[in-house]
Amino acid sequence: MALEHGGKTYETDEEGYLVNLSDWSEDLANEMAKADGAALGENHWEVINFLRDYYEEYQIAPAVRVLTKAVGKKLGKDKGTSKYLYELFPYGPAKQACKYAGLPKPTGCV
Amino acid sequence: MADFETPTLKPYPVIPAIEIGSMAHSQPFVAKEDHQQKLGFPGELVDDWENVAVKKLGELVDKSRALRVFLDSCVKCGACTDKCHYYLGTSDPKNMPVARQDLLRSVYRRYYTLAGKYFPSLVGARDMDKSVLDEWYSYFHQCSQCRRCSVYCPYGIDTAEVSMAAREIMDTVGVGQKYCNEIIGKAQTIGNNLGLPEPALADTLEGLEEDIEEETGVVVRMPLDEEGADILLVTPSADFFAEPHVDGLIGYAKVFHQAGLSWTLSSYASEAANFGMFIGSYDNMQKLALRIREAALELGVKRIVFGECGHAWRVAYNFLNTLAGPFDFLDPDYPVPQHICEVTYDLLQRGALKMDPSANDDMVVTFHDSCNIARGSRMGDFEGGQLVIPRAVIKASCNHFVDMPADAIGEGTFCCGGGGGLLTDDLVELRVKGALPRMEALHEVTEHHGVTHLAAICAICKSQFSKILPYYGFEMDQVVSIHQLVSNAIQLDGQQAQ
Repeated sequence: MALEHGGKTYETDEEGYLVNLSDWSEDLANEMAKADGAALGENHWEVINFLRDYYEEYQIAPAVRVLTKAVGKKLGKDKGTSKYLYELFPYGPAKQACKYAGLPKPTGCV
Repeated sequence: MADFETPTLKPYPVIPAIEIGSMAHSQPFVAKEDHQQKLGFPGELVDDWENVAVKKLGELVDKSRALRVFLDSCVKCGACTDKCHYYLGTSDPKNMPVARQDLLRSVYRRYYTLAGKYFPSLVGARDMDKSVLDEWYSYFHQCSQCRRCSVYCPYGIDTAEVSMAAREIMDTVGVGQKYCNEIIGKAQTIGNNLGLPEPALADTLEGLEEDIEEETGVVVRMPLDEEGADILLVTPSADFFAEPHVDGLIGYAKVFHQAGLSWTLSSYASEAANFGMFIGSYDNMQKLALRIREAALELGVKRIVFGECGHAWRVAYNFLNTLAGPFDFLDPDYPVPQHICEVTYDLLQRGALKMDPSANDDMVVTFHDSCNIARGSRMGDFEGGQLVIPRAVIKASCNHFVDMPADAIGEGTFCCGGGGGLLTDDLVELRVKGALPRMEALHEVTEHHGVTHLAAICAICKSQFSKILPYYGFEMDQVVSIHQLVSNAIQLDGQQAQ
């Protein structure tokens, strides 16, 4: 599969995750969200940016608990819950947010 | 994502009228070339694949007497037809266990029985061709290898073994399933199914230690790669990553802490789940099992304990010694390996843990027996221990426990709908529909007994329920880990009052 944007073609897997992580841009993230019928607001970007920073350091997306804790620290305790993250990313914070952040999908029993 | 309708919950379970071909479209993503090659399988459909497949089938029935007997002995009595959760949820008659077995049996008859060689059409024998292969790919990925049908089969035919054999043949000709094979590759290189490298694991565990201290005021450690520890804990990597799994992991740590047991996790063997079993590949199953042996030797532990994971426990309990033994370097006073529920149960029996079950008074709990534990293994030293011990641990941790109807638990337990290598988003329709019998049983106890939470003992079940419960009008956080209940109830020395 592939994603067309700005006259360029980007390779994706069957579910729309970017194959080459270096292809990612903010524009492309917005484009992927648009294709899912979603729009990325400031709150989404807080999460996406955290995911990208974490991935850069650890080569993997953070555990849900690590993510909720980080969001809680930054945006207040009431937002440091998986409920809040599911409101932002209804298909699951780990999976949907990773997709927009240009990271591979978490695999395993998750 | 394909559109489909979630089945409606009826007041009592009904065997559905058949809908031919209703799930013929369902099939998971095919493994990429590099996923295949990492596991020693061809990257794409090989030349002369029909003969390669038939030859492999011959090898498998020669090697496994059980498989040959399963293929030879079915008398089409029909006892299994209404026992598969995927049939009950999808109405597709090919999801009746006998029909699923026949997909492979028809080819076996054609090439390996006298009648099938000479009078194929009289005995339902079929040539191995592309349409057969396509059907295999679809319907052998609609079997979660839960073995419920085998309980009701008068001959004990185990469809799980048939489905594992079919998947192995498909891998051998170059048609693998992406979800399983990508994961096995990760576990063999990085050490776990998630692909969680050591620094990320260390960081995650450190964060959890902080959480426990913040909550209880007690320093409870989550040791990683500590040489000289007594116990190596091998747990599904989902326990590090997902909810409610992680609350179970916290529970294990609290039990070890309070009992004064020295333990460690290993970053090299940071996965209990062994997906090699799902694809019927002994070699791949063995590679994953050997990592556990190597880690145990390296760290110099005396015991190996497994966390909450269904098929991991089946592989561990039944096959670990064959795959990676002998474990004569471990302490013979303890079972090799031991389940975390056995550890907690023994401590409870000895009065070594102080529990306050009122900590879970906000819940009325029921328990989902995992297939591979209920039907595929044992806990403790008495018959049925695998059914009794998890319940005893739950009951010691909470005051309100109600079992689901008898035909939906214990030996007759229904699969969560996502086991056997099917816990992937490309099969979500199958997963939702296959969960129907469990959802009906749950609905029964929520309606009549006020049950609020479903406790599970397997990483796959927990993830499956978190995803599927909302389709049936439940909340995703109604699923809890057994050791999450333990974690809430256990009284740690020096703990702050709640």
